[in-house]
Amino acid sequence: MPKYMLIMRGTDESNAAMMASIEEGIARTRHFIEEMMKAGVLLGAEGLDDPGQGAVVDFSGEAPVVTDGPYGETKELFGGFFLLDVASKQEAVEWAKRVPAAPGSKIEIRRVPEEDEVPQDSTVQR
Amino acid sequence: MGTADVEAVWRIESARIVAALTRFTGDFGLAEDAAQEAVAEALVSWPLASPANPAGWLMATARRRAIDAIRRRTALQDRYALLATDPAVDEDIDPDRIDDDVLALMFVSCHPVLSPEARVALTLRVVGGLSSEEIARAFLVPVPTVQARITRAKKTIAAAGVPFELPPAGERRGRLGGVLSVLYVIFTEGSTATSGDRLLRPDVAYEAIRLARTLAALQPDEPEVHGLLALCELTAARFPARTGPDGSPILLADQDRRRWDFSAVRRGLAALAKASARGLGPYGLQAAIAAAHASAPSVEATDWDRIVVLYEALGRVAPSPVVELNRAVAVAMASGPAQALAIVDELIALDRLPGSHLVPTVRGELLARLGRRPEARAELELAARLCANQRERSVLLRKAAALG
Repeated sequence: MPKYMLIMRGTDESNAAMMASIEEGIARTRHFIEEMMKAGVLLGAEGLDDPGQGAVVDFSGEAPVVTDGPYGETKELFGGFFLLDVASKQEAVEWAKRVPAAPGSKIEIRRVPEEDEVPQDSTVQR
Repeated sequence: MGTADVEAVWRIESARIVAALTRFTGDFGLAEDAAQEAVAEALVSWPLASPANPAGWLMATARRRAIDAIRRRTALQDRYALLATDPAVDEDIDPDRIDDDVLALMFVSCHPVLSPEARVALTLRVVGGLSSEEIARAFLVPVPTVQARITRAKKTIAAAGVPFELPPAGERRGRLGGVLSVLYVIFTEGSTATSGDRLLRPDVAYEAIRLARTLAALQPDEPEVHGLLALCELTAARFPARTGPDGSPILLADQDRRRWDFSAVRRGLAALAKASARGLGPYGLQAAIAAAHASAPSVEATDWDRIVVLYEALGRVAPSPVVELNRAVAVAMASGPAQALAIVDELIALDRLPGSHLVPTVRGELLARLGRRPEARAELELAARLCANQRERSVLLRKAAALG
């Protein structure tokens, strides 16, 4: 069945709003995760740390170049994900609408291709 | 919002709505009817104007339809009076209670007073949120058959006075076993279709896995629930490698193990770890066998001795001729075909699996390995005659032909 990833894209404003009431945010997220588990649709979820603590590896040149800190100038940084096993894209959308996301943030919904949509080594060999 | 959006919300909400309404009205059949009326209304009105809170809309509408239905019943005046004074529409769902109510709903839809077919149809409809059309497609039966099964099931539940509650402690384990077997029937229909021209029906298997996950979340202390979930995940993990591009089955020995779904394997092993914390039951043991396969890089490198031990344990807790036959296959891999043939011949002598294509299939394979080719060929041809799945049958005939 189709798998979809709900990609959390926070902004500086939404991250600040989230941090302002972090305990409530954690409790609501935990409740939301339980709801998805009870519906039998949750496969995985992770939240990411402050992008300032990360690093970027850039392959533009001949050798990879490593820079500490957040990725580029983007305003909507990838902050975490939920991976869902649902019956349809509409169901993924319906779950996304229920995410306790902070005002100003966005959720990107992307489908994970099925195994048989990915080119296989074995097929190439034949 | 379109039809698919309505269906998506219904998928998520159906069990909670039917459970809450059954609690509220004390009448499962009425609750289910009212919920179905609410979906029908949503399909008409949401495309024209999307509600701000679709889940709340469905619940409120279903509740109004339930009240309408009760109003029409003169014998229930007192209950009507109670409902009419109850103003809370959006606050119906008590978060502390809804989990138990959804669980109670599963016990009702898998109740032993119902026929096995009715349990499957009712569970998929009220707990899984599938339409009659989807259930009919899943089980390759006409839509009116599904509708009749559901109507009859609701009448049976009412006539038998099945209470809407969790079974008392003494019956709980046995009734839970009944729920698990319904989910297992749904899963096996998806993992080895009993009829039709397709071996696998992943969409059907998915419904069982989804329901098993729900049950595992609601009954986290029951090892066999995790055992069943593990069995389903580990079996489904092999789906991508089990059929060729033309839909024909690929046997375990010939599967490209790189195509197995390793995240499903990981989920299955995690569920199995929860199941085995307190000893394995029949589902847990089958999951452990599936795990032994899933963890092996090849058929040759599989721990067949362990699989034989697991089949022996399974034969003790859940004796069945199919388990014996599978044990024979494992023994053939661990100790050679001659010992395995003795097990199969004993099954035949006792006529334990009459009419099954599986016995001659295995016997044919064993005879072929022993070099007894004409006998092997005759067995495989017999198996092909007995087999109802077209895909499996053509594999059997190919094998028989190869034996010359």
